[in-house]
Amino acid sequence: MTEFVASEARLQAEMEAESRLEAGTLQRPADGATPDDADPAKRLSRKRLIFRRFKRNRSAVVGVFIYGFLIVFAFFGSHLTKWSYSEIHRRHYLENPSWSHWFGTTQAGRDVLAMTVHGLQKSMLIGMAVALFSTTIAAVVGSFAAYFGGFIERTSLWVIDLLLVLPSFLLIAIVMTGRGASGGGVWPLIILITLFNWMLSARVVRSLTQSIKDRDYVRAAKYMGVRGPTIVFRHIIPNISSLLIIDATLNVAAAVLAETTLSFFGFGIQSPDTSLGTLIADGQTKVTTFPWIFAAPSVFLVLMVVAVNFIGDGLRDALDPNSLASGKAA
Amino acid sequence: MARFLARRLLNYVVLLFVAVTAAYFLAATQLHPRQLYEVSNPPISEASINKSLDAYNLNDHEPVIDRYFDWLGDVVHGDWGNAPKGGSVNDEISARIWVSLRLVTIGSVFGVILGVILGAWTATRQYKLSDRITTFWSLIIISTPILVIAVVLKLLATKFNQFFDSGFFEFTGETGRHAPGRLNAWGDRFQHLLLPTVALALAGIATYSRIQRNIMLDTLGADYVRTAQAKGLTRRQAVFKHALRTALIPTGTYFAFTIALLFIGAAITETIFSWRGMGVYGVSTISGQDTNGVVAVVAFTGVCVLIGGFLSDVFVAILDPRVRQ
Repeated sequence: MTEFVASEARLQAEMEAESRLEAGTLQRPADGATPDDADPAKRLSRKRLIFRRFKRNRSAVVGVFIYGFLIVFAFFGSHLTKWSYSEIHRRHYLENPSWSHWFGTTQAGRDVLAMTVHGLQKSMLIGMAVALFSTTIAAVVGSFAAYFGGFIERTSLWVIDLLLVLPSFLLIAIVMTGRGASGGGVWPLIILITLFNWMLSARVVRSLTQSIKDRDYVRAAKYMGVRGPTIVFRHIIPNISSLLIIDATLNVAAAVLAETTLSFFGFGIQSPDTSLGTLIADGQTKVTTFPWIFAAPSVFLVLMVVAVNFIGDGLRDALDPNSLASGKAA
Repeated sequence: MARFLARRLLNYVVLLFVAVTAAYFLAATQLHPRQLYEVSNPPISEASINKSLDAYNLNDHEPVIDRYFDWLGDVVHGDWGNAPKGGSVNDEISARIWVSLRLVTIGSVFGVILGVILGAWTATRQYKLSDRITTFWSLIIISTPILVIAVVLKLLATKFNQFFDSGFFEFTGETGRHAPGRLNAWGDRFQHLLLPTVALALAGIATYSRIQRNIMLDTLGADYVRTAQAKGLTRRQAVFKHALRTALIPTGTYFAFTIALLFIGAAITETIFSWRGMGVYGVSTISGQDTNGVVAVVAFTGVCVLIGGFLSDVFVAILDPRVRQ
């Protein structure tokens, strides 16, 4: 329940995965083949099987549609209004939603619709970039640590522990403050959030790798003289891909919430640039009298995170064959 | 065993020391307390700015390594330094810890207890209507950032107050004006606690019910639960004595780990409901260029994380007989 990085969902997922791994209920990633005893008439490729299972999960499909809609809205929504997000409509301050300003205007006379679209775009970019980068780092660090063991493992575990002890929110805020008003861009945020976001996943990747590094195919590759790093990239990481996909999805939500929280306190995106967090911070101070400034960005923020979590849930059910939540495989 | 624990503890202390040192160097190089003096009107001469900054060990003209050792010397004696314009960091923190404690205790306890009950209950009713509804709503609440939850609660409370022309819901600070008498004082505190507690508890209920449900689903299908029933226990007994107890272990670990973090994790709730706790302090030290303050908060958080890790070990030891032996 730490609000700071708002990574509950992810932390929870990691702990669940670990506990199920311990309990032996989480199926360790198989060699990617369909079961031998499957009826040949009904044999499906793994991809089709996963797709079918995912499709059967209604909320996951709804999640995909919502997310798709949000992408379209974020990149084409600016055509819905003739105002740009930074433009000031003089003498139209704090106006109710109307035909010329669908979501109303702010105290400075800026169009809330245009600002929401712009903020959504930012949040989506941050979410996807952070998810991509931090899952990549987690995959590489976690699997290298487990595969090579020894010094590499001890060092990376120590770094992971160190980064977990440090309060990421405060450190990111310090660096962003140090960069001053000019430094509040999207890329510094993406890098900083990534830097403090990969550790928990790396731990799970490590414990998964430990369980597959003694498999026959890994050993075979080793005795054939394949170099260690090649084994990791070619044989280990592809076989933990289901975990990585789920992890990346949850990271999108975590990153979006981290950005919103930072911007809410003024440590993220800086005015006149706009993100959902800055808009919510602006709106919450006058929520009782002018609720629309708060409403628009909050609705889109919640929609985005809900969609991501629905998709993540559906993926987990589809990719983890032993999960009871998935029902029977077709 | 004792040797193992001692080594672990030593490792923790080293980890904490490195973390706080890193935070000091980061804060001392990135924050600029000098700015606070430079913007003052009428302007202050450079010499007197330096003098004030020197007094608080915040002068950026002095090498950062020298400042670090001065600071470390004070910390060893239990003094965490001063804010850029004076004001002891120790005083701030010792007052705010209690504010945070009063704010988060009830909310988090309610959150975990109700969450576990709800999660365990829905797990036994998998795919029934009640399970579907609870699962759906807990996902929605988990996806709603607490800043949205808190503001919406505040909005609803204001509407309620306006509609019934009452002052029942209070949402600024810990205490307000109230009639004399102990009972009224407690009532006043309760009114102020209500909304932030609901906000924190809601988030907790949603999170824990999902964790508990998913783990419980795994244990409900386990062989030992079936064995227990085969031995003649009723379904209810088997669920309570075997499935629930096992399923509490991961939840407990998670709870112990997060409870310590709540101290500074409630910054948003504190901001929205105007409580002066640790979370808000962490934020205000950074915007106030308060190097010493923010490093103290980092150290405090680090201690919390380590205590949380330790607590979760203890909790596992209590619930899991395999660990005790």
